[in-house]
Amino acid sequence: MNEPLDGAGPTPDATLRRTASPTFRLLASPIGRLAVITVLIFVALALLAPSRFVSVGNLTSMAFQFPEFALLSLAMMLAMLTGGIDLSVVGIANLSAILAGLALHAAGPEASAGTATLAIGAAIVVSLAVGAVCGVINGLTIGRFALPPILATLGSGLIYTGLGVAITGGSAVLGFPAAFAIIGNGSLGIVPVPLILFAVAAVGVAFLLGRTAYGIRIELLGTNPLASRFAGIDDFMVTVKTYVLSGMLAALAGLVVMSRANSAKADYGSSYMLLSILICVLGGINPNGGFGKVSGLVLAVLSLQFLSSGLNMLQVSNFAREFIWGGLLLIVMVVNTFELVRHRR
Amino acid sequence: MPGTSRPSLLARIDFGRNETLLVLVILAFSAVTALVAPSFLSLPTLFDLLRNSIVMGIFAIGVLLVLISGGIDVSFTGIAVFSLYTTTLILTRLGVPVPWWAAFLLSIAIGTALGLVNALFIAGFGLPTLIVTLGTLSVIRGVLLTFVGSTLISNLPVGLKEFARLVMIRGTTAEGYFFSLPWAFAALVGVVAVTWVLLQYTTLGRSIFAIGGSPESARRIGIPVRAVQTFVYAYVGALAGLAGIIHASLARVANPFDLVGLEMSVIAAVVLGGARLAGGYGTITGTLLGVVLIVLVNTSLILLGIPSTWQMVVIGALILVGTGVPAWQARRTALRAG
Repeated sequence: MNEPLDGAGPTPDATLRRTASPTFRLLASPIGRLAVITVLIFVALALLAPSRFVSVGNLTSMAFQFPEFALLSLAMMLAMLTGGIDLSVVGIANLSAILAGLALHAAGPEASAGTATLAIGAAIVVSLAVGAVCGVINGLTIGRFALPPILATLGSGLIYTGLGVAITGGSAVLGFPAAFAIIGNGSLGIVPVPLILFAVAAVGVAFLLGRTAYGIRIELLGTNPLASRFAGIDDFMVTVKTYVLSGMLAALAGLVVMSRANSAKADYGSSYMLLSILICVLGGINPNGGFGKVSGLVLAVLSLQFLSSGLNMLQVSNFAREFIWGGLLLIVMVVNTFELVRHRR
Repeated sequence: MPGTSRPSLLARIDFGRNETLLVLVILAFSAVTALVAPSFLSLPTLFDLLRNSIVMGIFAIGVLLVLISGGIDVSFTGIAVFSLYTTTLILTRLGVPVPWWAAFLLSIAIGTALGLVNALFIAGFGLPTLIVTLGTLSVIRGVLLTFVGSTLISNLPVGLKEFARLVMIRGTTAEGYFFSLPWAFAALVGVVAVTWVLLQYTTLGRSIFAIGGSPESARRIGIPVRAVQTFVYAYVGALAGLAGIIHASLARVANPFDLVGLEMSVIAAVVLGGARLAGGYGTITGTLLGVVLIVLVNTSLILLGIPSTWQMVVIGALILVGTGVPAWQARRTALRAG
């Protein structure tokens, strides 16, 4: 991304970068520091368990695992950039997957190639459309009815999850055409399909944020809503667009989860909400809005995936993992505040 | 209205008030339920409603304080379950019979300590309240289930068993249905009374409103904002500890998987009661009415023949409609004014 869009103009960071040595410059920028941390985690795990961690099997399995929560984190990031938050991402992912799953279920596992292709196409359209509708609802309640984003997405998230429970009666939707597994489990050459989906989404979002007028509007809205309104920005349209995009990314994540699990259920990925907030905060996205880069988010996703694999090897329970993610979130936020204090001086 | 004749009862009701709307919604909901299921209008239903409101009511009073102070707390259910489980475990391991109030004090102390952890991050480091309490919720629950225990304790300490048997009101209807109200209800009444006096008549209470309305103005008129915030989160922790131990005592089991997940319903109740997420405004009456509405919805959906799977949708819709309409009205008034 180019320099003028990088945050709020000349920061102490920028002056440091011009004067100091290359190593120092790397460590002074938040993204550089995160890159160093990510590499350190990777090296540490590679040294601790060389045969298990740096194996082709582990690396590919990691590449299949992270795209789903990385997509949810992208969705969360967009909401955070506007100064909001989207607590409904997991609800949207599951509801859109359940509705798309019903289309796939209608085709059934023994569908002919033609029917299966049709059903998969329909499922993708249904899922993205549901994600967009959910996003419009979020955008309307926040932009038009002036509900605080926390409340609006808390309420809508309950509705989306609740609809998912009500439609399925709480059980899983099963019985998809075998070809649907491609989205979550297939590979193009050696590159996993979910990774390609995430890469395309990440590059798309980075382009929108860094190279388009819409990206600048989001940044201005998130930095100072009042000033952006006086600057003539249609804050309602920006809000709606952002939550629609966020909803569609969440729906895409839902498709990946559904394909990997070969089923759709209203309570899948319930721990992903905290994880996606953690990734955003770790990736340097300001929860109060305005600042954040896709590159930071990608690095945060990678470092958490490495850690997660490490915890898997140590056979750490899910409860302990909950504790570790929560603790990490708190520590990173505290470190970030010290960073801000240092910058102000 | 000075000098005018006394207006009729209907004219004196302020329909713009959140509390009035809530009362009307509750009455309408009860009326519909009573039409579909006449058994709804009975003393046992009323006492069920009161009993189910105890734990949620105590939680809601805590959440009310946080919302007034301009924050939000989603960790209180985690604090409650941590306090109740750790207290039960300690007392079981001790083996010495202790009176119920000692168990209560221990649970409240644990809850207060955990509330102070929230305060450290929020008042100490000035971090966003939602993200901090999401973090502490998973840390507290993770520590509980990993290091403290993850199995049910169904043989509660003697003191807690005795407390569950303390019944304030009991009786039998003409049809032979049994109803009762445990003394635990007095805890809710006590919490309401103490919090009401605190909010209405103490400098500390008024300071909570002030920092929620505008932290900067509050700081400039000399209110120690951080100290007040610390008090608020410690108070919520204490109430969570109390609600937790009461829940365990009434349920006659200490379940480490309990309560977490209830936080959204409690926040919904408080927000429906008119407290503003932006801070600075909220009433105890509204909060209690919000609790009654949520408990009523939970119990009467089944009587209405709506599957319990729809419960979440109804609560979500209540949050959006119940807070969206006032927010929209406020926005329109603001637009008209200027």
